[in-house]
Amino acid sequence: MIVLRLPGGLSLRLRPRALVVGLAGTLLALGLAVLAVGAGDYPIAPADVLRVLAGGGSPADRFIVTELRLPRLATALAAGAALGLAGAVFQSLTRNPLGSPDVLGVTSGAATGALTVVVVGGGSAALAGAAAAGGLATGLLLYALAGRHGVGGHRLVLVGIGVTAILTGVNGWLLTRAPLMDAARAALWITGSLDGRGWANALPVLGALAVLLPAVLLARAPALRLLEMGDDSAAGLGVPVRRVRAAALGSAVLLVSVAAAAAGPVSFLALTAPHLARRLTRAPGPNLLPSAVVGAALLLAADQLAQHAVAGRQLPVGVVTGVLGGGYLAWLLAGERGGRR
Amino acid sequence: MTGPDEKGTLMRPDTPRLVGEALTLGYDRRTVAEDLTVAVPDGSFTVIIGPNACGKSTLLRALARLLRPARGTVLLDGADIHRRPARQVARTLGLLPQSAVAPDGLTVAELVSRGRYPHQGLLRQWSREDERVVDRAMADTGVAELADRPVDELSGGQRQRVWIAMALAQQTPLLLLDEPTTYLDIAHQVEVLDLCARLHEEQGRTLVAVLHDLHQAARYATHLVAMRDGRVVAAGDPQQIVTTELVEEVFGLPCRIIEDPETGTPLVLPTARRRSVPAA
Repeated sequence: MIVLRLPGGLSLRLRPRALVVGLAGTLLALGLAVLAVGAGDYPIAPADVLRVLAGGGSPADRFIVTELRLPRLATALAAGAALGLAGAVFQSLTRNPLGSPDVLGVTSGAATGALTVVVVGGGSAALAGAAAAGGLATGLLLYALAGRHGVGGHRLVLVGIGVTAILTGVNGWLLTRAPLMDAARAALWITGSLDGRGWANALPVLGALAVLLPAVLLARAPALRLLEMGDDSAAGLGVPVRRVRAAALGSAVLLVSVAAAAAGPVSFLALTAPHLARRLTRAPGPNLLPSAVVGAALLLAADQLAQHAVAGRQLPVGVVTGVLGGGYLAWLLAGERGGRR
Repeated sequence: MTGPDEKGTLMRPDTPRLVGEALTLGYDRRTVAEDLTVAVPDGSFTVIIGPNACGKSTLLRALARLLRPARGTVLLDGADIHRRPARQVARTLGLLPQSAVAPDGLTVAELVSRGRYPHQGLLRQWSREDERVVDRAMADTGVAELADRPVDELSGGQRQRVWIAMALAQQTPLLLLDEPTTYLDIAHQVEVLDLCARLHEEQGRTLVAVLHDLHQAARYATHLVAMRDGRVVAAGDPQQIVTTELVEEVFGLPCRIIEDPETGTPLVLPTARRRSVPAA
């Protein structure tokens, strides 16, 4: 722990290791992004990519970079960061390493919203809006059922698993009701995919991050850390427990909802990113910023794998995050059971 | 100094800083106590005792602002504690709850540092004052040499001292402890209570603790509150109020009371079911 003291009584406390992880993760994500923009059927050298980003480059390069590839990358980075951040907040609030928005039903709720639009009919804007609304409604339901008494993690996880089960059933029913063509589109959406994403998909997530990252991260991180010691301890130290929990839960649900609206309910990312971040920083507490950075890098990397791993055939990114994230988690838990930490 | 800060109060001098008036307490629809009035004398080591489920921990939770009374008010420095901001209350009143969890891998120094939260801000995260107060709190509780050890590796007695250190770092003139000796063996119980007594005597803090053991309560308390079924049966100096009648009424336990040969305080001896015959 290093302490930075500035004149005027200002002081900041920083963990060097968390700082290094955050910076390295950011550089890695940005470096990957430059390579990713260049990769594809029309390869562009990294130097040309940088030239375009700096405002130059040939008209063809410019079009491909800014209109075709950059929006998809921005969507991947923003949705990954949003999911990583939301996952960290959820795991901290539930005091449970498995208490992620996928397990608690928020992403299933977003899927229900999207599927309803598929059945009823509507464009991609309506689909994204309905997905966000579905996630938010599920978040409200969770809070009404479990957050009311100021009750912590345990109850939220149990209620969430119940809500997930119900929504999975509803989603299955909706899929059988959808016309065949639409059912294929819906199945793709449910898996989570970044295919053909434009700026209209990326901007809402970037906007939500720009507002909620400072609001959740800077203002609430110390209180969230104290909440991990139990409601009573936190209250004794002067944390307004209910208000902090409601604000943090609300922000996390909003982030998951807009991320799902943009990229679909990408599985396992919100669960895996905070675990990986904590392993890297070795710091107690929610590890919010490292989780966001790791989430962004992971989703970007997974999307590149999805596009280029199988030659001539693109996979939905949710397949990659599901297989890799699930595998990583199983390996992690098996290792912990064996006493490694 | 980790001693209490002397905030000016707008109080009449004869009213204690922490008072519960006509409290009705309960969870959801279950009422635990009705029309309960207690005062915590300033500068006292107040101990609340009573049989299981008599409402003693519930009363402490209400005094600590954790539980909002269904009726009545808890007054801290003359103002309703539930109408004051949590952080402001946390600079006057500290709490050691029963249910505290130390997150994995958190070190002693980091945990104790968290006691500074009510004094910190976004841009004032770690002042020299914070550092000094935390060092002092660890020294006062004898955990300074454990500073870099993870809390989850410590013994029960050490861990309890660390939590007390965290509460001390909060620098509150009032400190509430909910069953601080539960789950500790007898040596660690005495260690923790001796520490509390020292904080009370040397630093002039007002302490309120819920305890199970009547003998320990009588030994350490300067003010004893005896409860049964959500009522206060008696309150006052243990020397004066601990009688066979009181123990019978509160715990339903027939007993004799003798003088504690160590301290001169009342020592409660439960009546024996049968006397053992001394060996010839």
